[in-house]
Amino acid sequence: MSVKDNSVTMEGPTLFPPWIGSVLILIVFLGSWDGYVRLFDVSMLVLPPPSAVVVQWLKFLVDGNVWYHTGVTTLETGLGFLFASILGVGLGMLLGKMPRLERMLNPFVIATQVVPKVALVPLFIVWFGFGITSKVVIATILAFFPILLNTVLGVKSVERGHSEVMASINASPMQRLTQLDFPSSLPYILTGMEVGVVLSIIGAVVGEYLGGSVGLGNLAVREMNTYNTTALFAVIVHLSVLGFLFYAFVVGVRKYLIPWHGSSN
Amino acid sequence: MTVQPVSMIADHQKSISLKGAEKHFGPPGGGVQALTPTTLDIVGGDMTVLLGPSGCGKTTMLRMIAGLEPPTAGTIEVGGANLWANGARDVNALKQLGMVFQEANLFPWLTIEENIALPLKLRGVNKAQRQRKSRELCELVGISGFEKRYPKELSGGMRQRAAIARALSYDPMILLMDEPFGALDAITRDTMNAELQRIWMETRKTVVLVTHSITEAVFLASRIILLSPRPGRVQEIIDVPFERPRDSSIHGLPEFQSIVAHLRTQLEH
Ligand SMILES: Nc1ncnc2c1ncn2[C@@H]1O[C@H](COP(=O)(O)OP(=O)(O)OP(=O)(O)O)[C@@H](O)[C@H]1O
Ligand SMILES: [Mg+2]
Repeated sequence: MSVKDNSVTMEGPTLFPPWIGSVLILIVFLGSWDGYVRLFDVSMLVLPPPSAVVVQWLKFLVDGNVWYHTGVTTLETGLGFLFASILGVGLGMLLGKMPRLERMLNPFVIATQVVPKVALVPLFIVWFGFGITSKVVIATILAFFPILLNTVLGVKSVERGHSEVMASINASPMQRLTQLDFPSSLPYILTGMEVGVVLSIIGAVVGEYLGGSVGLGNLAVREMNTYNTTALFAVIVHLSVLGFLFYAFVVGVRKYLIPWHGSSN
Repeated sequence: MTVQPVSMIADHQKSISLKGAEKHFGPPGGGVQALTPTTLDIVGGDMTVLLGPSGCGKTTMLRMIAGLEPPTAGTIEVGGANLWANGARDVNALKQLGMVFQEANLFPWLTIEENIALPLKLRGVNKAQRQRKSRELCELVGISGFEKRYPKELSGGMRQRAAIARALSYDPMILLMDEPFGALDAITRDTMNAELQRIWMETRKTVVLVTHSITEAVFLASRIILLSPRPGRVQEIIDVPFERPRDSSIHGLPEFQSIVAHLRTQLEH
């Protein structure tokens, strides 16, 4: 049996690949959950066993009704994330290129950062109604800030030597933006988008909790109101899978767009 | 772009003149006098080396010639045109300048080929022509076969060659190099010096190269401009007479050694 050289990672010799460890941890976790529920005879209202949750989730999937709600939440999240990306990257590039403007706006950016934006959700529902518009707005706003801040950071982190190359070959401001600032900032932008996409889902779901009658967030609230904890868990599992897919999408985009960067390995 | 090859262009069109050019950093009265008013001519088609200890203003002088930094006073002419007329850079003069920095400064998201052809891309040259030119230049600087690789896959010396190729891509009449081989080991450095001489002989560009190394200066230069620090100024200009192509055997010549010894005593002052 071969033992890999782990001298650079400070870890001992490996006996199994890491994903086996992850699976083991999951099995232990679900096992203790199941054991706890059975052993102490916990009420289904409080904590259903994982097996029941899985069964309920599979029922959802074949039922079809859940797909409509999934579509709504996906649309809200996707649109919010798209708008946040366009606005965040666009404005971020601008602010990154204009340090004076950035310093001028900085207090306001910080102020809006520290406001717990989820607390504004009821307000947006008042303003934009119970339809999907209010959710898209919330998803946009939540995802916007990390994308903006990371883009600004990316533009400001452009290597001086690279800028001088562009100056020495007489690049126009527009050429600098498209050939240097943007590609050089991409690792930062994508980091912002990774954070942003998760916040988009949170925004959409919280919006659905509070207003309207569609979407996975709304479905969760409905199950809560009928004390169907098992179904509630199943919705949570469903939402987690959706969140994971969104996140995996952005990570995939990273690997595709910036294979040259260390973060893509 | 020039239709004529650079080697056919008259020397005076690729010469550089400093006329009372000076550079001061910081507030008047205080700050640093990086270069005192300097008047000198750099011969077109010649290989000139700026030599001097750290802080004597070599980089400052080169950056002013490259159009990266305006002189505080005086003028800089490239091929007879004032590079910094009215504080703005003369674009036509600038097009004749190629700069190689101490670091290769290749863009990590572009392949070697794309890096080399970047200046051509900015000038609107089409893709097929860019590729052809890149391949030619890779050949010239000795990194053929690495066109499709990314910079991180190349050694330091190969990256520096790519940076030189990039500066050559738009065929500027003047090549400015700031310690281009400073980060390389002694053996690679010797090889690169020989290569640079070969490229220079093939292209007859005006080359201005900055170095700390006395032997590198004497090996490469037709003329050495010796600078001294605090405040930065030209201390001496020395012509180096050896025939070209020079090879490493000239290090053993008594005349080589006497120039080196002379420069060493001058630098120790
Ligand atoms: N941007 C700047 N702001 C302020 N002072 C500067 C700046 N650039 C250079 N100087 C000063 O000008 C002087 C000359 O610097 P320069 O970089 O031209 O020296 P050099 O000969 O290239 O030195 P080295 O061999 O170490 O590269 C130094 O005293 C330096 O501190
Ligand atoms: Mg220097």
